[in-house]
Amino acid sequence: MSAHSIETGSGGGLVKWIDSRLPIFSYMQKEYGEYPAPRNFNYWWNFGALAMFLLVTMIVTGLWLAMQYTPHVDLAFDSVQRIMRDVNSGWFIRLVHVNGGSFFFIVVYIHIFRGMYYGSFKAPRELLWMLGVIILLLMMATAFMGYVLPWGQLSFWGATVITNLFSAIPLVGDSIVTWLWGGFTVDNPTLNRFYALHFLLPFLIVGVVGLHVVALHVTGSNNPLGIEPKSQQDTVPFHPYYTVKDSFGLGVFLVIFAAVVFFAPDFFSEPENYEKADFLKTPEEIVPEWYFLPFFAILRSVPAIWFVEAKLAGVIAMFGSIFVLFALPWLDTAKVRSGKFRPIFRWFFLIFLVDCLLLGFVGGKPPNSPVFESIESFEFIDLGRITTAWYFIHFFIILPLLGRFERPLPLPDSISAAVLGSHSGGGPAASGATAKPMEKA
Amino acid sequence: MTEQVQDHDGHDEDRRDFLYIATGAFAATIGAAAIWPFIDAWNPSADVLAQASTEVDLGAIEEGQSVTVVWRGKPVFIRHRTGTEISSADEPPDGLPDPQSDGDRVLKPEWLVVVGICTHLGCVPLGQKVGENRGEFGGWFCPCHGSHYDTSGRIRKGPAPRNLEVPEYAFLTDTSIRIG
Repeated sequence: MSAHSIETGSGGGLVKWIDSRLPIFSYMQKEYGEYPAPRNFNYWWNFGALAMFLLVTMIVTGLWLAMQYTPHVDLAFDSVQRIMRDVNSGWFIRLVHVNGGSFFFIVVYIHIFRGMYYGSFKAPRELLWMLGVIILLLMMATAFMGYVLPWGQLSFWGATVITNLFSAIPLVGDSIVTWLWGGFTVDNPTLNRFYALHFLLPFLIVGVVGLHVVALHVTGSNNPLGIEPKSQQDTVPFHPYYTVKDSFGLGVFLVIFAAVVFFAPDFFSEPENYEKADFLKTPEEIVPEWYFLPFFAILRSVPAIWFVEAKLAGVIAMFGSIFVLFALPWLDTAKVRSGKFRPIFRWFFLIFLVDCLLLGFVGGKPPNSPVFESIESFEFIDLGRITTAWYFIHFFIILPLLGRFERPLPLPDSISAAVLGSHSGGGPAASGATAKPMEKA
Repeated sequence: MTEQVQDHDGHDEDRRDFLYIATGAFAATIGAAAIWPFIDAWNPSADVLAQASTEVDLGAIEEGQSVTVVWRGKPVFIRHRTGTEISSADEPPDGLPDPQSDGDRVLKPEWLVVVGICTHLGCVPLGQKVGENRGEFGGWFCPCHGSHYDTSGRIRKGPAPRNLEVPEYAFLTDTSIRIG
């Protein structure tokens, strides 16, 4: 096997010498060169590669920031200001890191919704999906701890409010909070351990991303039609077809990213966090970073249920809203993967998407203010309750029912039949079909 | 002495099982013991615990005045209550979220000592400084999620589940206390 790969791979004697001892070149050739990818990816399939790019970007900029940052309650805030003002290119590295966090979540959220619409989580890709959910959880923990490091007002109070969530756990809650803090408030020990973990977790993410890619390459990629490739006519080699497509997407992404970094670097930030942390003064309003707002809305919306007090119920619902994703492959029982062939699911997917956006909107508003000026009695907390309820109804009621009662549209015979049929001969699709055998020859 | 079971190769199955379980149990115990220091290292360290008590001189606090002192890195509210504040705290209505009489919350009625951290999600309530919003019950008001506390630091309205915590403290003299 390795002998064959070496022959097909390029490279001279040294490459062969290394490859016969440690087959990294034949591995790269097999997994990123020849990897047969469905020929019909659309641009929603770019976001995995974009997430990979951002992960590397965050690690590199983060490492450079770590060289200048001081994790101490008296010095952290000033050391960040020093990075912005005095360190050569420090402003650039930090702004890429700060905005990179926001873009990382944008990209990953799109990647997740892509998977939900096209049924990428369905058999045999359940583990691939669940590894992705683990990556999301790790990302959230990393982002939360990273936001504490500049030691601004929202860093401190965000950390206080979020760590206090654990006090909702019966009996041991308060001890757990003291344990998390390493003291009796968020203080220097807390900042130090958050810094250490913020440094460590990205490397765990790299590890899980590795498993995510391995699982992907075992099952093969899903595609917009949601049907498995049946023959070589249905796939193209990853390189150069998708390396080029991903590169183009990356170029478009970088234009948008650079526009924010250079022209609107505070677009995603709260001005309050440019004030140094003061443990005696709570800001008027504590809002988390935008990417946590939907979960924050769920946390605040849930009232006391039976014997569970509101605080604990909110915490359970918030964590439940993420953990439910682990069960998605078994909640969505439809045999057809792609939303393209599920006429009713498409509408409910759209409603779910709007519901998530509304939750994010609610999370950024004070709960007891009216949504519409004309209707005083309808407050944001009411909208939050409705949207929170719908979030769970979608997973636990709509998806199982759709799987049972929806009649999907007829599926095409194969990917190539669907692609070629829509072009009625000739054109780029046909030339793509002839390119394939040539590549293999 | 128990009867020993031997398989056809002459191996002693009981003895092998015992060794297997004993080795596993030993390894699990050692493993747990080795993990404990790493968990325990996150608990408050000796120097943090050493700052666990704070002494406060009350002599300078006039009637009606409040001060905020720091104890274990947390704000502690000390209020020298006026007669009306004491009497309004003395008549708690029925149906408090966390029922407690004023007498159980103070050592001397004119001095109220509470931890200035909202029991909802840990914000610092307003009401210490002159002119700050003291909420509907004349005590404290938490701006984060709108919890109202009365002049005994009891929760009266809003999402907080419990009254403001009363720290452990003792009067050293008539005009000084030690918290913690």
